[in-house]
Amino acid sequence: MRQTIRRLLVWVCGLMAWQTLGMAETPGLVAIQDARVVTVSGAVLEKGTVVIRNGIITDVGASVAVPKGAWIVDGKGLTVYPGLIDALSTWGIPEAAGAASAAGATGRGAAPAPPSAAPGAAMASAPRSWGPQDRPGTTSWVKAADLVKPTDRRIETARGAGFTTAITFPKQGLVAGQGAVVNLGGESSGQMVVDPSAGLYLSMTPSGYSGYPSAPMGILAYFRQLWIDAEYYKTAKALYAQNPSAIPRPEYDRALEGVLEAKRVMLPAASPIAMERMLKLASELKSPFIFYGVTQGYEMADRLKQTATPVILNVKWPTRERDADPERVDSLRTLEIRDKAPTSPAALAAAGVKFAISSDGIDTPRDVIRALKKSIDVGLKKEDALKALTLNAAEIYGLASRLGSIDKGKIANLVVTDGDLFDDRTKVKFVFVDGVKYIPPPETPAGPGGGFGGRPTAAPGEEN
Amino acid sequence: MKALIGLLTMAGLCCAQNVTVIQNGIIHTVTKGTFTGSIVIRDGKIAEVGEKVMTPGGAKIVDATGKHVMPGIIDAHTHIALDSINEGSISVSSMVDIGQMLNPESKSIYQALAGGVTTANTMHGSANSIGGQNVVFKMRWGNNADGLVFKEAKPSLKMALGENVKRSGNPQGGGFQMQGTQNLRYPGTRMGVEDVIRDAYTRAREYQKEIKEYEAKKAKGEVALPPKRDLQLEPLVEVLEGKRIVHAHCYRSDEILMLLRVFDDFGIKGVVFQHVLEGYKVAKEIAAGGHSASTFSDWWNYKIEAADAIPYNAAIMQKKGVLVSLNSDDAGGAELGRRLNTEAAKVMKYGGLTEEEAIAMITINPARQMQIDKWVGSIETGKDADIVIYDKNPLSMYSKVEKVFIEGKQYFDRDSDVTARPKTEAKKNGLIQKEKETEKRNMPQTMPQTRRPS
Repeated sequence: MRQTIRRLLVWVCGLMAWQTLGMAETPGLVAIQDARVVTVSGAVLEKGTVVIRNGIITDVGASVAVPKGAWIVDGKGLTVYPGLIDALSTWGIPEAAGAASAAGATGRGAAPAPPSAAPGAAMASAPRSWGPQDRPGTTSWVKAADLVKPTDRRIETARGAGFTTAITFPKQGLVAGQGAVVNLGGESSGQMVVDPSAGLYLSMTPSGYSGYPSAPMGILAYFRQLWIDAEYYKTAKALYAQNPSAIPRPEYDRALEGVLEAKRVMLPAASPIAMERMLKLASELKSPFIFYGVTQGYEMADRLKQTATPVILNVKWPTRERDADPERVDSLRTLEIRDKAPTSPAALAAAGVKFAISSDGIDTPRDVIRALKKSIDVGLKKEDALKALTLNAAEIYGLASRLGSIDKGKIANLVVTDGDLFDDRTKVKFVFVDGVKYIPPPETPAGPGGGFGGRPTAAPGEEN
Repeated sequence: MKALIGLLTMAGLCCAQNVTVIQNGIIHTVTKGTFTGSIVIRDGKIAEVGEKVMTPGGAKIVDATGKHVMPGIIDAHTHIALDSINEGSISVSSMVDIGQMLNPESKSIYQALAGGVTTANTMHGSANSIGGQNVVFKMRWGNNADGLVFKEAKPSLKMALGENVKRSGNPQGGGFQMQGTQNLRYPGTRMGVEDVIRDAYTRAREYQKEIKEYEAKKAKGEVALPPKRDLQLEPLVEVLEGKRIVHAHCYRSDEILMLLRVFDDFGIKGVVFQHVLEGYKVAKEIAAGGHSASTFSDWWNYKIEAADAIPYNAAIMQKKGVLVSLNSDDAGGAELGRRLNTEAAKVMKYGGLTEEEAIAMITINPARQMQIDKWVGSIETGKDADIVIYDKNPLSMYSKVEKVFIEGKQYFDRDSDVTARPKTEAKKNGLIQKEKETEKRNMPQTMPQTRRPS
């Protein structure tokens, strides 16, 4: 019986979603009334109204006329925020779910030795690369937009923590593929995608091949050669197009096509040393770039500002290794890094560096907010924390006209809570993704991957 | 008039702030003899050196009475301060640049500094026939990677012969994370090593030719596609054109002769043979080719190709006309690198070289090999003020480094180091305590407080 009701509900919402998209009728028209509205782009409205029509915010203000026929959500005691954005994610790509949680388990810093048998076997079966011409670990043509599915279980969990958008990337290999901006809702993969071309993900972790490049310096040299090859490919194609009889026809190369297609590159840079290396690499690639990681950003804030580097901050703060030898004493440097890493957001904000937040390495989406709370405790302003989770991400990816704040004309991605977002007792009452309302089920005891959920519902309070 | 005042002010400022005088030390200039005297350092350069110097007013005085003063040690071959050393997956990895792997936080830099080293050539490893591009850097502890690099130094390339090269890609030889037959890396013999090197330089020659042909076509106004930039061959072309020094890791005399023939065929000059433990057998040939040698004092027999070594190697090569330096070949920490002074002393016992010749092997000789002797390697007017002060004769094993200056700036001071230690320790303990308290606070309160029935 319960099953039947569920199916019926899913069907109803499907219909609703269709209607939302299809026509400007009442189900697509919602007004959240008399709530505290944190617009992020402007002042906080202590008592405001937000009107959503067909998935778009059509009005917001302290004294907004509620259109006739709108569903009214009584916002008394509630706070409306723009939907949160995970600025570097794998959410939405079901295949990445296992990999992400494995990465989360090992964390950063001194990674424990991998199980002995598996990597060896993987190495033996992986293709042997003898040089850059073999395009090792390169799948630049792979697009996250083609991989996302609304069935990824992590979408529900993320929504339960208030996330409505993820910039999600394929992450396997050195040049893993193109990221996509996806909304964490919708009935089909295609509906989720806001922008299929967010940038090309580069990593310094070799996987998917054996042989060259095996060392970090080899990887850097490979990136340089790949971009040289791509630039050459572009020139050769142009010359050939003008002069097909005199110039040899360039060989089609999907790896280079992917590189040329990339709007920007995502570069890994956790420590100051890595950041300097990546600044140098970026100047050679001559492509717009974003740093990700930047856990030691507190040491490099001015340099990042001076180079106008946008940052996607990894908020899995380094901690003492669990089950470490109790006799071992970490170096002063290591201790200082662990102590200071959570001050990175405040330092970046103070220097005027544009930064957003990544869920990388964190299994429970709510923990992203908890991690940022730690930074608030050591000096980060709440406004800056919120901006990092919303508008900054939209701006970094060039989506500020559509996402990141509660403004007229933007996509209706909202999160409605019963209190301050950074207060651990606060509960997410519901979220809107593309104007469709989702209610997280009652909070279950926290655990990796669990705790939150929800599905589109027809009306408030009607879940299950 | 105004200009004159400006000039005076400037001079006044400069003298008050940027002048240091090291007074009354026993100065080992290396190139201009040893005497008791003083050194005037202005703006990071040695402005004057002699038994009597003009001490400008307002200068910072360092009293070196009874101490020994010598140029900063130059380690001609090391692998310190690096995040990775080998790109051993292929036999020609000339596209990789060790300079990008410099880790300015590596404590090996400070260790080397404390041992009187001011400049080092930190190199790619010896896993393959043609390794990577090396980097010469100064121990400017506290700077970022860019701030360490010896910018004027001529670029160089690592090459290697013998056991490491043929074993690295060969599972029978001890493995280099290689598995399965498909991962076998050519070459597996010394014959193959020669072939790999000849092949690489032949390809480099062709690449060089292609570039020239394209430029000729372009000059004539013909439509042509430029040759694609090849990061692997570019450094090899620079070697062929004399713009990049080769440092060649080698042991046996037969392979040294092989490489000499290869270099002759490709017109490559000024090569520094590294380790070169059997160099004493072919010293004349090395000298005749205009090449030089950087070796160990008495380190030997750590593998079969290092068996036929003698501690007289350095002295014999020098007497046969080879420019010789001694190096540490450190990796990880600066182990041998922080006592290169006593390594140098050994050539006095084995081979009867003079004090000055011994010190030259860790200062001016490596500077000449690396072609940086215009700036460093001796205490001479106009050179960088890279200076070490020892409490005793540096060739004595009882001597200690007291102060190290690089470009006139003091980067190491034994006394300050010792006094700073308790402070560092306290800071460390404070952080450990803080961390423990936070962990305790965040401990999940999962165990309900149940009381046992009494």
